[in-house]
Amino acid sequence: MLTSVRSTGLAGIASAAVITAATLVAVFGPLLAPYNSDLPNLSLAWIGPGGGHLLGFDVQGRDVLSRLLVGARTSMLGPLVVVIVSVITGVGFAVVAAWRRGTADAVISSGLDILFAFPGILLAVLATAIFGAGLPAAAIALSIAYMPYVARVLRGAALRERSQPYVTALEVQGASASSICLRHLVPNILPLIVAQATILFGYAMVDLAAISFLGLGVQPPKPDWGVMISENQTGIVQGYPLPALTAGLCIVAVVIAFNVLGERLFERAQAERG
Amino acid sequence: MSEPAAASTTAAPAQAGPAAPLLEVDGLTVRLTVKGAKRPVLRDVSLTIRPGEALGLVGESGSGKSMTARAIDRLLPRGAEVDGSIRYDGHDVAALSGTGLRQYRNQVAMIFQDPRAHTNPVRRIGDFMTEALRTNLGVHAAEANRRALEMLEQVGIGGGTRRLRQHPHELSGGMLQRVMIATALLTEPRLLLADEPTTALDVTTQSEVMAILDDLRREFGLAMLFITHDLELAAAICDRTAVMYAGQIVEVRSSALLHDDPLHPYTAALAAARPDISRTAARLLAIPGRPLSAFEAPAAECAFAPRCGYAQDACLAALPDLVELDGGMSRCVRVRELRGRLGTSDG
Amino acid sequence: MAEINGAPVLEAAGLRKEFGDLVAVDDVSLRVRPARSLAIVGESGSGKTTIARMIVGLERPTSGTISACGHDRSRPARSLRDRRRRGREVQIVFQDPYTSLDPRQTAEDAIDEVLRLHHGGSDQRRRERTAELIDLVGLDARQSRSLPRTLSGGQRQRVAIARALAAEPRILILDESVAALDVSIQAQVLNLLADIRDETGVSYVLISHDLAVVRQLADEVLVLYRGRVVESGSTARVLDDPQDSYTRRLRASVPRPGWKPIRSVSAGTEQEASNQ
Repeated sequence: MLTSVRSTGLAGIASAAVITAATLVAVFGPLLAPYNSDLPNLSLAWIGPGGGHLLGFDVQGRDVLSRLLVGARTSMLGPLVVVIVSVITGVGFAVVAAWRRGTADAVISSGLDILFAFPGILLAVLATAIFGAGLPAAAIALSIAYMPYVARVLRGAALRERSQPYVTALEVQGASASSICLRHLVPNILPLIVAQATILFGYAMVDLAAISFLGLGVQPPKPDWGVMISENQTGIVQGYPLPALTAGLCIVAVVIAFNVLGERLFERAQAERG
Repeated sequence: MSEPAAASTTAAPAQAGPAAPLLEVDGLTVRLTVKGAKRPVLRDVSLTIRPGEALGLVGESGSGKSMTARAIDRLLPRGAEVDGSIRYDGHDVAALSGTGLRQYRNQVAMIFQDPRAHTNPVRRIGDFMTEALRTNLGVHAAEANRRALEMLEQVGIGGGTRRLRQHPHELSGGMLQRVMIATALLTEPRLLLADEPTTALDVTTQSEVMAILDDLRREFGLAMLFITHDLELAAAICDRTAVMYAGQIVEVRSSALLHDDPLHPYTAALAAARPDISRTAARLLAIPGRPLSAFEAPAAECAFAPRCGYAQDACLAALPDLVELDGGMSRCVRVRELRGRLGTSDG
Repeated sequence: MAEINGAPVLEAAGLRKEFGDLVAVDDVSLRVRPARSLAIVGESGSGKTTIARMIVGLERPTSGTISACGHDRSRPARSLRDRRRRGREVQIVFQDPYTSLDPRQTAEDAIDEVLRLHHGGSDQRRRERTAELIDLVGLDARQSRSLPRTLSGGQRQRVAIARALAAEPRILILDESVAALDVSIQAQVLNLLADIRDETGVSYVLISHDLAVVRQLADEVLVLYRGRVVESGSTARVLDDPQDSYTRRLRASVPRPGWKPIRSVSAGTEQEASNQ
């Protein structure tokens, strides 16, 4: 894994560093936060940086930096869940479709195409209506929305592997379909899966932030970056842009990092294939 | 058959011969950058082809035979380091550019092993065939089509204008390769570089295509560099045959003498390793080890020595030079003493 | 699995395979006796690869019967156990050494996987057997621990052969298994195959377009043209004295010293693009 990252060049390494930092913050955020991130104090609202508060106060008088550090948790966790669920189900469908080909493939592909037609936001609204607003509903909705995309990309690669003579040799030996798929097919498309997952993380983060911004995902007063943008948006026009912008910048930085690393890994996976 | 005069590796074409060489490759050494390291793929390759002459170039994997053709056609990958010279009709090929290069490409045509990989599947045969004529030589579309049809007849493809409107996938491999040959001949080249043109074809189709190539070559007085891994095939249709190993020429010989009186142990071993269609051998005379590429071969010894049945200490002392002998050449220090002992005695 | 001396290990009768309108194999019958080898010779479109695939179970015959070691295999295997049993009867080595091995598996792991599939046994026993097979195909311990990408084409084919032999099949189908190898390596592998046959008594079904290879390795030969058998018999007889015109043409097309290429078919009679 480390050699993969190292070989992606300076941009790749920088991105990996950003991602590592964000992950550490997500894990240790509450311990790192200098001040309480939840207690409102309206008399301090909108006060700028100074006196130990590096980024000032937000709309409810809470320390912005502390909220960013604690908010990293849900901001990173949400996309993680989305990526794990969509990739596992996507790989599953892709491999089954590629292995069985014929009718099974046609049915699965058509099903995926139908699912493709539903934009993530729409599904999020639907999920909210059914399950109530909050991160779980948003994460499930997005997983369903992303799954066909993952499956489609991986189906091509899985088909290519499936038609390789070494797979045929194992079939002739009498190895079971599941053992061939799990021990041979999936490991050989793993670089592509990892690359896809990395890119997807970035997209999931943006989509979840948007969903939270709309009030359908993480609910205020939780310190999620998307929620922070929503809560503090009035500050932008009033002359106190820092809270909303810093939250936005966090999202942008992490998303770019995931995109860049993912693209590099993708290129490498393609090159290896060729 | 009279033995053509010994091929000279120096610039002065002083030997007797009907014409000055059409193609002269002298001391060609090519290095490619692979994963940051510079690796040699061709080492000191020299050969000459006279107008109308067919030279076979035979070798196994890593021998450098394809790379030689690509170097001659200026198709080396970017970043390739080239030493030595390639002269066509007296001109330095490496120095050509613009109009000169275009003229060179008209005069030196190349046919590849896999015609499908070198044709655009969405273009029609007619468009593809006449492109060079229309673009490079400014011939009118109608005239270009007429010539294309004529050439298709020559290679044995009838069907008139209907053919010109077909797409590559509508033709079998053998027919497509014949189209490629016809296309190559449309610009009236003087030298044909054929890189394993029949390797991917059935053996009966191969025979067909080789016969066409042979006929047309004689009719148009074309010179040809014919690259193949098949020693018998090269010897059957080429006047002379050169054998390559590990990026070097190890033997050049008149094809008629190649089988019965080879000058290099590798040539003899290669011929002996082939199974014989007319008998079952108790055991094939396999060459131990495996063929080396130029970059794997040691720089200061005979590259074939570790696998050679005649190797001695002298073979590991220095890189053998190409020695002229009896109209041929051999890169073996023991060539004189092994003379006559290498050929197969039975037919 | 005792068999009556002389009873064929592989037998097929009236094999036919249609792909839509195309008849790829038309009424082909063959028989292979224990420790004997049969070659199926033909060019592209002859149906030889389809026959191999039907024998090994990758294609289902449209009609006709196939049986190996006395068990019928004209229809696909119905259970995993059945498929595995068939794997112990007939195995196959493919043409391309670069795609017939899992790039992520070492040679010994590939062989071990097959051993576990068929013969179980303790770890120790499997390790010993793996070492035996590696030795049988002429590889050393270092190569057996190597990944395919560090092995040459010839070495990879040896691994493929070892893997196929791990199942201890009675019949080994060699589907153009030496066609992609350099001449000097091809000779080594042909010698190896002859040695293996002597040592294990396996029967080869050699699919090839190369008549010289066929002469070297096969006792009997079937010549196919466009899905039909045009000639059959002992390899020596068929190649030295071909009766059928296609066989004669095939024989005459092989380059040899003194050979001149023949131009027999005229314009347009060459078959248009088939499933190439």
